[in-house]
Amino acid sequence: MWKSIQPREGNLRLWQLALLLVVLVLWQLASRDAQLAFFLGEPVQVAGRIWSWFLPWGVAPNALFPEGLPGHADIYRHLGTTLLETVLAFGLGTMLGLAAGLWLALAPLASAILDPYLKAANAMPRVILAPIFAMWFGLGIWSKVALAVTLVFFIVFFNVYQGVREVSPVLLANARMLGANQKQLLRTVYLPSATAWVFSSLHTSVGLAFVGAVVGEYLGSARGVGYLIQQAEGTFDVNTVFAGIVVLTFFALLLDGLVGTLERRLMTWQPRQGETERL
Amino acid sequence: MTAAVSDYALELLGIRCTFRAREAGTASSSYTAVADTTLRVRAGEFVSVVGPTGCGKSTLLNIGAGLLAPSAGEVRVFGEPLAGINRRAGYMFQAEALMPWRSALDNVMLGLQYRGVPEGEARAQAQTWLARVGLGGFGDRYPHQLSGGMRKRTALAQTLALDPDIILMDEPFSALDIQTRQLMEDEVLALWAEKKKAVLFITHDLDEAIAMSDRVVVLSAGPATHPIGEFVIDLPRPRHVAEVRTAPRFIELHTQIWGVLRDEVLKGYQQQLRQVA
Repeated sequence: MWKSIQPREGNLRLWQLALLLVVLVLWQLASRDAQLAFFLGEPVQVAGRIWSWFLPWGVAPNALFPEGLPGHADIYRHLGTTLLETVLAFGLGTMLGLAAGLWLALAPLASAILDPYLKAANAMPRVILAPIFAMWFGLGIWSKVALAVTLVFFIVFFNVYQGVREVSPVLLANARMLGANQKQLLRTVYLPSATAWVFSSLHTSVGLAFVGAVVGEYLGSARGVGYLIQQAEGTFDVNTVFAGIVVLTFFALLLDGLVGTLERRLMTWQPRQGETERL
Repeated sequence: MTAAVSDYALELLGIRCTFRAREAGTASSSYTAVADTTLRVRAGEFVSVVGPTGCGKSTLLNIGAGLLAPSAGEVRVFGEPLAGINRRAGYMFQAEALMPWRSALDNVMLGLQYRGVPEGEARAQAQTWLARVGLGGFGDRYPHQLSGGMRKRTALAQTLALDPDIILMDEPFSALDIQTRQLMEDEVLALWAEKKKAVLFITHDLDEAIAMSDRVVVLSAGPATHPIGEFVIDLPRPRHVAEVRTAPRFIELHTQIWGVLRDEVLKGYQQQLRQVA
């Protein structure tokens, strides 16, 4: 009996699902205690909240939901705002980080002058910039984009900077012997080798773009998932807070998957792990 | 053009190369890798340079390529003083120099693209060169999909595609196994025999040097490396590197050159031991 369900390569997915189910069931059981439920929420109610957010159909009162479920389908406005902020910040931050990283890596004097300030800017807990950005850019999306850009920028910047400085000297010497001028070196050596480093940083930075957007909304906004969470917290509606977390996690994973797909498309030249030399 | 001003394709005249040590506080703050070295390569001549490991052979080659400026002395290319990169030279590196993000064909095209050759023409020329080194069907492979020998062939095609008048080679086959290596050596000799370019070939393998060259120059152990012997290799061409090794004249030359080289190798080894201690 145990032999057939023992964890192995083939049934990993099943085990992962089982683990989730066990946690959910324990959580649900724990929430039968009213006091615990106040702090921990209730998985079934969380699921109901997500249903109401996404689907336009109501559910009649039943055993699980004695009061029934309304079908608001009203999250799209908020989710759209949060995703727009995230994508804008991700794009802008990556572009700026790439440009600044390339420039400073290739201009040693400028990087020597700016070095202490870059270190300071990176060490600073940048979330505290949110109030300043709110003053500068108002409570619309741009203050959130600005906050998230500061998070994404440094990740990409430091990776590109490192990547360009670690370009193989042999590769550079070879390109120069083959007659490359400065511009051609940038296009055919520095940029492609920096791209590999950028991609390794994009997985981290897509998550941080989300953090920036949501924290920005949480600190002051009129729409967005962060705003929903903040509103729910104000009324001690812990189920809605958890529902917001679940939705955000799902979309963060989705964006991360998109980056992964893009990476596989653009980086075909990289050897995959376990790939044998095809000869 | 000032052609025929000089018989020599490449001349290194009275070269001295001193490196400043980066770490402050060390007593010997500078290191002279090469001192008072004069080396001439005629057009169409195959010259090998042998010496103990770490003696500054690669430094010499980088100076000839224009990648490194000598502390003193002069470099002349076909009689004209060299400033900046040596445009008439092709350089084959010891380490991997192919771009991992470009396919074999795109790597071979690289130099042609830099020179502004139209895309279609560059592609056709690169394909011809790939076929000439026996990789005609592998143009779309990325370097990591090729074996070590194939990568070296691609690098060879990349260097030769620009049709340089001087070819600089820095232990190009040292990472290959002995069979692949002998094959590559024969191929290089055949390609060289077609066009008779000036070749400056750096190696630590005396057999390889004798089998391939017209002339072998022996360097002393570092620091302050300088040539201490020069031998004309009068073995008949065309040669096959595996067969020529058994010729009596080969063995005679090998004995002569090894007699000079052995002391330097031992000296170099002793110095390395002292550095470790």
